Amino acid sequence: MNAPAGSSTGSGFAALAALLRREFALAWGRGGGPLLACAFYVGLATLLPLAEGPTPQKLAAIAPGAAFAALALSSLLSLERLFERDYDDGALDLLTLGPLPLEAVTAVKCLAQWLANGVPLALAAPIVSIALGAEPRLWLISLVAALGGGLGFTFVGGIGAALVLGARRGGLLIAVVVLPLFAPPVIFGAGAVEALGAGLEWKPALAFLLAYSLGAAGLAPVAMAAACRNALS
Amino acid sequence: MIWRLTLENLTLARGERQLFEALSFSLGSGEAAALTGANGAGKTSLLRAIAGLLRPEAGRIRFQDAVGAETESDIARAQGLHLLGHQDGLKSTRTAGEELNFWIRWLGGDARSLAQAVDTLQLDPLLALEVRKLSAGQRRRLALARLIAAPRPLWLLDEPMAPLDTGRRALFGALMRAHLDHGGMILAAVHDPLPIPVRELKVGII
Repeated sequence: MNAPAGSSTGSGFAALAALLRREFALAWGRGGGPLLACAFYVGLATLLPLAEGPTPQKLAAIAPGAAFAALALSSLLSLERLFERDYDDGALDLLTLGPLPLEAVTAVKCLAQWLANGVPLALAAPIVSIALGAEPRLWLISLVAALGGGLGFTFVGGIGAALVLGARRGGLLIAVVVLPLFAPPVIFGAGAVEALGAGLEWKPALAFLLAYSLGAAGLAPVAMAAACRNALS
Repeated sequence: MIWRLTLENLTLARGERQLFEALSFSLGSGEAAALTGANGAGKTSLLRAIAGLLRPEAGRIRFQDAVGAETESDIARAQGLHLLGHQDGLKSTRTAGEELNFWIRWLGGDARSLAQAVDTLQLDPLLALEVRKLSAGQRRRLALARLIAAPRPLWLLDEPMAPLDTGRRALFGALMRAHLDHGGMILAAVHDPLPIPVRELKVGII
């Protein structure tokens, strides 16, 4: 009513910054936060040698792939609550009444989720990979692939989280919905690490991985916003 | 900014059940309306439809500015209205101060308007507490602070008085009167009479 004209861009940035701060704080505390996700990741990686038997050569051969599959599963952990809490307590209603469209809101939520969960998991990825028997010189590509893959996991997983809003046992449903979509980043991410380990060309696989993740980051917000609107109505 | 809300032949349904049919109503600057009707008549649904959260089966919801020109509904909703419902959107694990700070900024307020709202609603002692430790009335006051700190012309209120104590009801009555005096509009779903002059809008199929 008495807001000065032209203040909308300024308040847009202020609102964006405020939203990112809030979402990061929530993601950091959500479902035990990054520490729990990392503990799950390490735990999963510890089970693998037990299942595979104590032959180091055999284990080293599958280490990059196994580490990446474990990363994909660990990324699923806190997705359930990405939209659910805001949906349950009415915050999602109010988020639609702000200066940014719901597409931007969902993108910021996923970005914060990646910063709070994906990045810590990616930092653990080289350690897990090497602990499983991968060559230590592969640490950098393991880290880069985990960072890039984690971005894709978060945005694609966000679609699942938005789609199951209002459903019972949403967490399990998310896993069933998004795990097939996790196939490309797992293939290209693990492929890049394995290719470098075998002395082959690794750049195309990494490029495909990053393309998938950036594509997901660009397109998923549209789907997430549509799913949220549908759940709210 | 919006100066008039108009509902034209609005029909709302939840699932298979039709709530009401061909409702027409208009609310102008400085006016308040009490939305009444039995439980389940569609009061909350109407407020959500005006806020853009629920798509009407038929009819239109229009927002107009001071000279009567149509305001695009997305813009009107993003800048021109407050929705205060049963669910206040406050996260129970965060402190009242953190939550208030976020929502005020999200809805277009700033540090100065926030301080003013905290002062008006006597929220200072609550700010350091986690939201889950607050009573229903305290949470409602925290939600009301949004209306004060981020000035928007149209207030959509769902049972705003219910959890407030007598003193705070009087305070909120004064705030509503001040809002109307400044050209605001209020549409409130209520069962008890509001302490301000209102028209009545009754919903539900009789």
